[in-house]
Amino acid sequence: MGKTVSFISRNFGRYNPASLASYEYIGGFTALRKALGMDGLEIAKVLSDNGVQGRGGAAYDMGRKWSQARAVEAPHKCVVCNADEGEPGTFKDRELIRNDPFQLLEGMIIAGWSVGADNGYIYMRGEYSHLRPLLLSAIRQCEEKGYLGDNILGSGFSYRIHLYSGAGAYVCGEGSALCESLEGHSGRPRMKPPFIKQCGAFHLPTCVNNVESLSLVPPLLLDTQGFYKSQGTPDCPGTKMISVCGNVKNPGVFEVPFGITIREIIYDLAGGIEDGHQLQLVQLGGASGRLASPAQLDTPYTYKDMKAADLTAIGSGAILVVDERTSIIGFLRITQQFFFHESCGQCTPCREGNLHIRMLLDKVAAGTHTEQDIRLMEKYARIMSTASMCGLGETAQSALLSAMKRFPEVFAIKKEVAVR
Amino acid sequence: MKPFVQKLDELTPEMVALVDRVVEEHQNDPTQLVGILLDIQDGVERHYIPEPVAYYLSQRLSIRVTQIYDVVTFYSMLYDKPRAKYTLEVCNSAPCRVKDSDTLVETLKRLLNLEVGEVTYDGRFCIEKVPCFGACDVSPAVRVNGAVYGHLDSEERVLDMLRQLD
Amino acid sequence: MSENMIHLTINHMPVEVPAGTRIIEAAHSIGIDIPHLCYHPDQSIKAHCRMCMVEVTGQRKLLAACSTLVWEGMEVITDSKRVYDAQVGVLDLILADHHQDCLACARNNNCDLQNLCRRFNRLKPDLPDVSSKERPRLDNPSIVRDPTKCVKCGRCVKVCTEVQGIGALSFTGRSAACKVTTAFDLPMNETDCVLCGQCTLVCPVGALTEVDHTSHVRHALHDPTKHVVVQVAPSVRVALGDDFGMEPGALVTGKMVTALKMIGFEKVFDTNFSADLTIMEEGSELLDRIKNGGCLPMITSCSPGWVNFMEKHHPEMIPHLSTAKSPQGMFGAVLKTYYAQRMGWDPKDIVSVSVMPCTAKKFEATRPELGRNGYQDVDVVLTTRELAKLIRYEGLDLKRLPESEFDAPLGTGSGAGAIFGNTGGVMEAALRTAYELYTGKELPRLEFEAVRGEVGGIREATIDLGGTSLKVAVANGLKNAEEVIRRVESGEADYLFIEIMACPGGCIGGGGQPIGTNNAKRQARIKALYALDKSLPLRKSHENPDIKTIYEEFFDHPLSHKAHELLHTTYAARPKRYDFTPYLHGTQK
Repeated sequence: MGKTVSFISRNFGRYNPASLASYEYIGGFTALRKALGMDGLEIAKVLSDNGVQGRGGAAYDMGRKWSQARAVEAPHKCVVCNADEGEPGTFKDRELIRNDPFQLLEGMIIAGWSVGADNGYIYMRGEYSHLRPLLLSAIRQCEEKGYLGDNILGSGFSYRIHLYSGAGAYVCGEGSALCESLEGHSGRPRMKPPFIKQCGAFHLPTCVNNVESLSLVPPLLLDTQGFYKSQGTPDCPGTKMISVCGNVKNPGVFEVPFGITIREIIYDLAGGIEDGHQLQLVQLGGASGRLASPAQLDTPYTYKDMKAADLTAIGSGAILVVDERTSIIGFLRITQQFFFHESCGQCTPCREGNLHIRMLLDKVAAGTHTEQDIRLMEKYARIMSTASMCGLGETAQSALLSAMKRFPEVFAIKKEVAVR
Repeated sequence: MKPFVQKLDELTPEMVALVDRVVEEHQNDPTQLVGILLDIQDGVERHYIPEPVAYYLSQRLSIRVTQIYDVVTFYSMLYDKPRAKYTLEVCNSAPCRVKDSDTLVETLKRLLNLEVGEVTYDGRFCIEKVPCFGACDVSPAVRVNGAVYGHLDSEERVLDMLRQLD
Repeated sequence: MSENMIHLTINHMPVEVPAGTRIIEAAHSIGIDIPHLCYHPDQSIKAHCRMCMVEVTGQRKLLAACSTLVWEGMEVITDSKRVYDAQVGVLDLILADHHQDCLACARNNNCDLQNLCRRFNRLKPDLPDVSSKERPRLDNPSIVRDPTKCVKCGRCVKVCTEVQGIGALSFTGRSAACKVTTAFDLPMNETDCVLCGQCTLVCPVGALTEVDHTSHVRHALHDPTKHVVVQVAPSVRVALGDDFGMEPGALVTGKMVTALKMIGFEKVFDTNFSADLTIMEEGSELLDRIKNGGCLPMITSCSPGWVNFMEKHHPEMIPHLSTAKSPQGMFGAVLKTYYAQRMGWDPKDIVSVSVMPCTAKKFEATRPELGRNGYQDVDVVLTTRELAKLIRYEGLDLKRLPESEFDAPLGTGSGAGAIFGNTGGVMEAALRTAYELYTGKELPRLEFEAVRGEVGGIREATIDLGGTSLKVAVANGLKNAEEVIRRVESGEADYLFIEIMACPGGCIGGGGQPIGTNNAKRQARIKALYALDKSLPLRKSHENPDIKTIYEEFFDHPLSHKAHELLHTTYAARPKRYDFTPYLHGTQK
């Protein structure tokens, strides 16, 4: 497996995730010590210099996010770790928490220092409740050892981390919905402005980062040799945690350099398609991702190349491989069912649009659809992506719209119906 | 055998103790409502939030009961109606569906003689379809009271899983 | 100043607006109405309905005009094909989930959704009907909820939570199952709801309406054995005109009386009369409490939403409520005793109708305390909106009607009675009378500006009662009421007398007022009532000659035994759904 790298996941298997001492033994919290000697903007600059883009899906320039967060003047600010990994097919954050909880905490403390926050909140999806004891104990151990609490390591910096739980709501991965949930409310996205960087959780300026983004910070600060930047392509340096699943022989989480092709990921890392079957489509970035046809397998896995190929640019890092046993319409119905279940119901296009498109897809599956149905399906898919209030509604129809483009034959009108 | 409790109409001292304990564990902090409700639900045999518990909790946290009801109905892992002691949650999202979780559902239905959404007469089992719970690498998978059982691609393995629940 | 102004164009027209303006408001300022459902000028922005999507040059997505702030150089397009398609698409989505029984709907011809359909020429969407099949919820005397019509705009939730501080209604569930309802879907009366009806006032469609009692009135009017008598609340006369396209705050007393007579009411009386009676009783009660060490501060009790609030949420404060009935209650009692005797009518044959700005009055009329010998003092309560319906049913054009006078003797009201209709009015009316009764001297100046005010907020004042100072407070809107209670309970304030109105602005902003009532209209109505007061020769309740007569002939004096029997009432804590007192006091085993 020469195609994987070990940077973000460098500590996997190297220490006992339940023990802070074990983490310290392999050099844990060296990055924090280093960070506490740096200015917050300097830390943000390290991220920018390495071209780090946020790993939650929106791919926002992370260094810029941190320097903006630092620039906000407020007596209290907070850092939120988005561990609500809700995109179906994504489980890299689960592995990061399970194998290396302390690196995540270290990254969060550095984030707090860098942006000038006094509290950090980990919002972990309810489905990962089995990881709660591990994280809670890690937080407690850090408090006991003075990595958290007042005057951390004598630096004068005080910071606490709190673990909050979601309870099964994909939409809570959206920043403002997450903030609502943190406050004990239903996770319905807020109207913007104000943006969460000005007024987020508990009405404080809030800097939200994904688990992987935060876990990347400690190794990056210690990476004086420029290993990270040497990986990937000149345009898109670095490494990325991906999760591969579906009809492949070896599903799992891999750390890859950017620029690897989708084909390499599927055939070299994930062992290829299950015996006797052919690849039919690949969905990238979870349920909100577009569908790639087999013809697109040689697209390099970088933000730019994926975008140029009209695919979801990395997104959550999920790669779902589907063989011919699932029909394309069948697959779209499954995805549609997911969004129909997960829409928060607040804004009209998403609440009603998901319902109608679900019914229209049922018609297509039954073969009883007409030209008008296809037109309506596309019309409302477009209205959803352009008029919805948040990213959920905006991206819910990515799969459908990309399928209409790439697999037009499956939407063809059945003759008998057309005549009728 | 314990009597089959359909729905809790009045608050019991045990429920009060449960709510008090969970609320204490969350520092009486109403912002932690979601976590509080999950923990309460874990402690209720049929894994749901009974109405009187919601009312009691609203007084305990000084929040509106409407907020609690909203939260319970909004989050898919919270329930306002009784479920089973062991609710078998089968992932209904694409990563498991392409790994033939439909057959898994059929197997469960046949073995338990149960439709999706129904609860067995003794309140022990219920089959539900839920969205992705992040066990895509071991799909098709079932989640029961927080524990994930993966690779359920044969009847043998499904039976093994069911046996572990007793 | 100019650096705070933003320059933008809307449909290529240059517009200059202050920074912080939203696109929808900027468009409004040049006469463009961007379609909307959830936006409401008095509420915080929700941006749920997505009807107001507009195009802004350089933006990939369409932007919501209600939530997007204008910026320098912004170019807004509100009428492109892309905008039209999105707006009509969203409208179709809403329509497909809306039970379209428009002809039978309480909001027919007065519905924001219907107006949008008219504007976009939509009858039926291209989509199948997916509206809910739930039954309308007729579970209380005041408000009907019809979930099949709800467009999930969230206006009711906002007013209930942010203005009234009640939070009885909330969004629940998600996706297609998302709906606005009460906790555990319970009947409204079994929740924290106080039936103030503010939700019915902001609902853009017919999902929340008053319980319609117009047919009860029509039946009664057609029954020759009945004496159908009507009283009209002070605030109705400055709001009814709204429903007939008149200026906000237009005073239509005379035309309204004509309309009521033409509709067929045998006697048309004025609740201002019993407002004066209320002042006599309440003012005397206040002086009595002060003199004899009664429970202070005393709080007014004429707003039934407020009384519900006390009984439900602050039963410990009930002794502070004035025992005087509301003007509606007093009028009903006087009508079926004093007036019935005078006319030689059997109270059983009287149908006592009241026109109120209020949905909670419908509930108040059903209280067992407000009746005797098997009949209620008020049989039917109509809201201002229902009166407008009756007038239309009769085919009357209110604007063109001649003016007439209320019938005597229960038709004379003072200016003090008139201002009962707005926040601060009861206080001012009571002070005018209390001052003169207490000091025995004539009040040098009738206006108490310190207690007058605007919509929302709390006002405090210290009034000099000829040497004795009286600390008072006035609040409208239940969120403000809650704050006043907090100040009293915490000992932070030492008021002696408090006026509270459940609705913003008082009755002129009541939950039964015409659809479209907003804070600007409330302000106009307040102004109109003060102007009315000023124009009247009679401005003090105790100088109302009919009030003097009724005490001479019937009640003897305020707080007399008979007055207590007929003009005062009692309140009781409402049973809680669950009583956790033993657990909350830590007595559990």
